[in-house]
Amino acid sequence: MAGTTTPVTAGIDPAMGAAGPKPEAFVASVGFWGGVGRKLVRDPVAMTAAAIILIIVAVAILAPWITPMDPYRGSMLKRLKPIGDATYILGSDELGRDMLSRLMMGGRLSLFIGVTPVILAFIIGSGIGILAGYVGGWLNVILMRTIDVFFAFPSVLLAIALSGALGAGVLNSIVSLTCVFVPQIARVAESVTTQIRSRDYVDAAKLSGASTLTILRVQVLGNVLGPIFVYATSLISVSMILASGLSFLGLGVKPPEPEWGLMLNTLRTAIYVNPLVAALPGLAIFIVSISFNLFSDGLRSAMEVKS
Amino acid sequence: MSAAIDIRDRGGPAQPLLTVDKLIKHFPIKKGLGGKKAVVRAVDGVDFEILKGETLGIVGESGCGKSTTAKLIMGLIEHDSGQLLFDGEKIGSRALPMRSFRAQTQMVFQDSYSSLNPRMTVEASIAFGPQVHGVPKRQAIERARSLLARVGLEPTRFAARYPHELSGGQRQRVNIARALALEPRLVVLDEAVSALDKSVEAQVLNLLLDLKQDFNLTYLFISHDLNVVRFICDRVAVMYLGQVVEIGPADTVLASPSHPYTAALLSSMPSLDPDNRTEVAPLAGDPPNPIDPPSGCRFHPRCSLMEPVCPANVPPLDGVGELHRVACLARQPGSGHSLAPAQQVAA
Repeated sequence: MAGTTTPVTAGIDPAMGAAGPKPEAFVASVGFWGGVGRKLVRDPVAMTAAAIILIIVAVAILAPWITPMDPYRGSMLKRLKPIGDATYILGSDELGRDMLSRLMMGGRLSLFIGVTPVILAFIIGSGIGILAGYVGGWLNVILMRTIDVFFAFPSVLLAIALSGALGAGVLNSIVSLTCVFVPQIARVAESVTTQIRSRDYVDAAKLSGASTLTILRVQVLGNVLGPIFVYATSLISVSMILASGLSFLGLGVKPPEPEWGLMLNTLRTAIYVNPLVAALPGLAIFIVSISFNLFSDGLRSAMEVKS
Repeated sequence: MSAAIDIRDRGGPAQPLLTVDKLIKHFPIKKGLGGKKAVVRAVDGVDFEILKGETLGIVGESGCGKSTTAKLIMGLIEHDSGQLLFDGEKIGSRALPMRSFRAQTQMVFQDSYSSLNPRMTVEASIAFGPQVHGVPKRQAIERARSLLARVGLEPTRFAARYPHELSGGQRQRVNIARALALEPRLVVLDEAVSALDKSVEAQVLNLLLDLKQDFNLTYLFISHDLNVVRFICDRVAVMYLGQVVEIGPADTVLASPSHPYTAALLSSMPSLDPDNRTEVAPLAGDPPNPIDPPSGCRFHPRCSLMEPVCPANVPPLDGVGELHRVACLARQPGSGHSLAPAQQVAA
């Protein structure tokens, strides 16, 4: 190489001349996830969605310290103040509690019971689906047909039925929502794994004498988790809505805990008095779920490998 | 050059490296719900031997069982019956467990993209095999890089790349390096050059010939391209509907074929010489359904030499010359076919 330390800019090294291919320095590839990250950063919609999600999550986590007023303390005299009130920026609810504080606090529970079932279902469903897809044969038939039984019920109905049977409560609604999403994720995991299993590189790994577990870990997992993950992120919005729906029906969070779905329910009676305030929890649910959806869309298009 | 003594060489030079004996694989299929069970006779009694240091070609139309044969040999599919001997030992027996057979036999697939993990760097893909066999990661990566250099890919440029960052020819070189990483004795090349451009194909073929010399390899070369087979193979086996119909030295088989199917395949090759142009299609129709193959000689419905004896009798794979065997009644003495040579007195 030339003696001078040339800057990183890709200049033509005069010492090379025309003698064959240029011996470059070791080319570090950004790799698959690096490429996905780069594409995602360039996607304005996905980035906006991610920013909104981050802000809402941060607010939810910090809510106990940053709420302007006590979200539990009501006032019979100051009920249903409109949005833009001097003390209550976003108005007050039917018991005279500050809506802004309650929305901030409500984000904690809403996000928790919205996201947790998806994470649990991602772990359980991926496990079932990958096992069924990779092993195939009878195990596949048994697992996937059992899963199909769950598809006979609409997911809302299934969630309500399970929650109803288990009884109201945060934990029970998480369990029932997990049961709703496991079959959906397992089905996606199974179809992705079945595809990957028939690739020649899995055969090549078998030929190198690797055990099934090693092949699953090294060759299969990295290739199937991506698509399953994308699908799971798209389920978060559904999960948020279902969780709110359960609370709305009185099967999830119990009053006076603030939770968006429950708030929507209790404010339902005030819809003729102060419709804008009554719609606020719904708006919060809408913003969060559409943000998760847009982010998962961006993730999916960023993960499309063109060869 | 050829290694001094390979301690893995148990049988000596005269022992075939691989003996395939009456190999059979039928795939069961179901016709609809509660329908009759049928089988696809993908491989139906295949016999051949691969000698040490040679290149055996297997040719035939699509669907004749070439690739299935390769997968059966590699143990990727279980065979129904028949025997596979590697250097005189039964594969999977105590003397030769599957794991040590796998270390000695590797395969290169047709689809260079699908045979590399898209999430792994090229060097990681090559190093995977040795790591499975207990080579420490650093050494395995070193070996991968030296193999990359050996197959003509500058390690500093290519080692850390991902498969989608390479061209088809480069990927196939990586696949070859991966196959060599375990220092195999037999390499099965399943249409390994078929998907490449003609110029790249020639380069890869030359690379294969060099590597064979350097690493003392034996090749099983599966292809549908007779020109390529003529170039690289010492012997050729012609397959039709799951059976070997002709086997012999490449020069003999491809210059003066004995089986009418081989002759038809040869005349279907495009030629640049106007005098050699084929005017009529040498073979009519598609190969018959392997679910229900024709009786007797399976080639009889499409054969130009068909006579009444053909649908009635199964032709054995018999010698017509030194090392040259063919399964055709028209070449078998005393078969009843009008073209059959006279019966020899002392059989």
